[in-house]
Amino acid sequence: MTLRIDDGEFVFLVGPSGSGKSTIIKLLTSEIRPSEGKVMVNGYNINTIKPGAVPLLRRTLGVIFQDFRLIEKKNVFENVAFAMRAVGAAPREVKKRVPYVLDLVGLSHKARRRPYELSGGEQQRVAIARALINNPMVIIADEPTGNLDPARSLEIMTLLERINALGTTVLAVTHERELVNRFAKRVVAIDGGRIVYDRQGGYYAGEQRKPGARE
Amino acid sequence: MNRHTVRYYFTEGFRGIFLHAFSSFAAVGVITACLLIMGSFTLVAVNVQSMVTEMEQSSEIVVEVDDGLTDAAAKSVGSRINRLENVYESVWFPREEAFALFTEKTDPILMQGYTPDIFPHRYKVYLLNVQYAEETARDIEALPGVVKVDVQRDLLNSLLSIRRVVQVVSLVFILTLLVVSLFIMQNTIKLATFERREEIAIMRVVGAAKGFIRWPFVVEGFILGLMAGFLAYFLQMFAYNRFTESLLKPITPIQLVSFGELWLPVMAVFLLTGFLVGVFGSVMTIRKYLRA
Repeated sequence: MTLRIDDGEFVFLVGPSGSGKSTIIKLLTSEIRPSEGKVMVNGYNINTIKPGAVPLLRRTLGVIFQDFRLIEKKNVFENVAFAMRAVGAAPREVKKRVPYVLDLVGLSHKARRRPYELSGGEQQRVAIARALINNPMVIIADEPTGNLDPARSLEIMTLLERINALGTTVLAVTHERELVNRFAKRVVAIDGGRIVYDRQGGYYAGEQRKPGARE
Repeated sequence: MNRHTVRYYFTEGFRGIFLHAFSSFAAVGVITACLLIMGSFTLVAVNVQSMVTEMEQSSEIVVEVDDGLTDAAAKSVGSRINRLENVYESVWFPREEAFALFTEKTDPILMQGYTPDIFPHRYKVYLLNVQYAEETARDIEALPGVVKVDVQRDLLNSLLSIRRVVQVVSLVFILTLLVVSLFIMQNTIKLATFERREEIAIMRVVGAAKGFIRWPFVVEGFILGLMAGFLAYFLQMFAYNRFTESLLKPITPIQLVSFGELWLPVMAVFLLTGFLVGVFGSVMTIRKYLRA
């Protein structure tokens, strides 16, 4: 498979379960090494990257998960701030940037709330704020709307589109056919570890039901 | 590492203790309990050792001096004995005293017609280390003017055996307790860290360096370890004083070593052990989550 994503693109990565979407994300974040071929991310060669450089690579990425992965014992501000502290930012910078990013995702009024006090959509927006806080080159969203209702899903995807419009590359892995088709971005479909479809403004027909599969 | 980062580690370390209050409480409780068990056993061993040492110091070698010597010459033997390496002190025990002591314990009728001359002048020699009693006795025997050296071999051998048994048993028990304690403590810390594996995973995703993830846990570990050390120290002091003053003193004349003589080593060992267990427990446990 050869897949190239350029700066500033918005790409939907779609495909059935087991098609290799998660493997691609793990490769991009250097959680696993490629057994063959070559993977380059933001100038880092994943085949040869040294363990000490992995955190540096990850600082150029912002990762969003289906289950939000917020720290329950920290409030919204702290959940976002700690990602900034993790890369060595001074407290003054943190105090300045976190409110800005929370404002960007529309959560500045809930900065002192704990994750369990927020709705699913709000929690995902906190996760997006955390992913954005270090000004990453690429946002990788792994099923970001998987746990949300259609209205909240649309909100999240619109937010990602806005972030993309500001210049950040977005790679969104999703199963949501309606969302993919509504946003009319580049669609890359994979199956069995191979790219079966790659088109700008593409159409996603959804997962094909296998013959004999039950409803 | 700049000062912001160091402050962050300490702030996060302290916050971690309160945010995960239950696991912090469990860790402090377990470390304290282990330190108390080890401490109590060590104090028992120290006291037994002290009693044996006291008995050793009060055991004596009796040295008989040649009858033909003048009183002055007999006394000069004492200064030669005192110069020997293993001798703590020698006490002059003249024949008159020996006679008086013997007379006190014997029927006066039997003692009629006897004078102190039937006893030789003697020295009671106290040793620094009874382990070398035989060698010291040989050295004393070789001195001019000494006719007989009486070593209480049975008593000394018994004391030496008791000392050896106490040493071996203490060592085995303390080491076993130490290993068991470390195992229990590591498991407690492992549980505390397991609760936070998600937090560690998130830190890794956002690009935190391993040191950045590890340090707050290390700070938390050593704070908890030190807290446990202090707590164990005060509980140990309270229990020991209570035991000696309220329980032991009314029923037995045995004098235990006062806690005042032991507080510094006890505190130093408790704090150091708490600190090391806290730090190593955290480092060893978190390593697993930092791999890959």
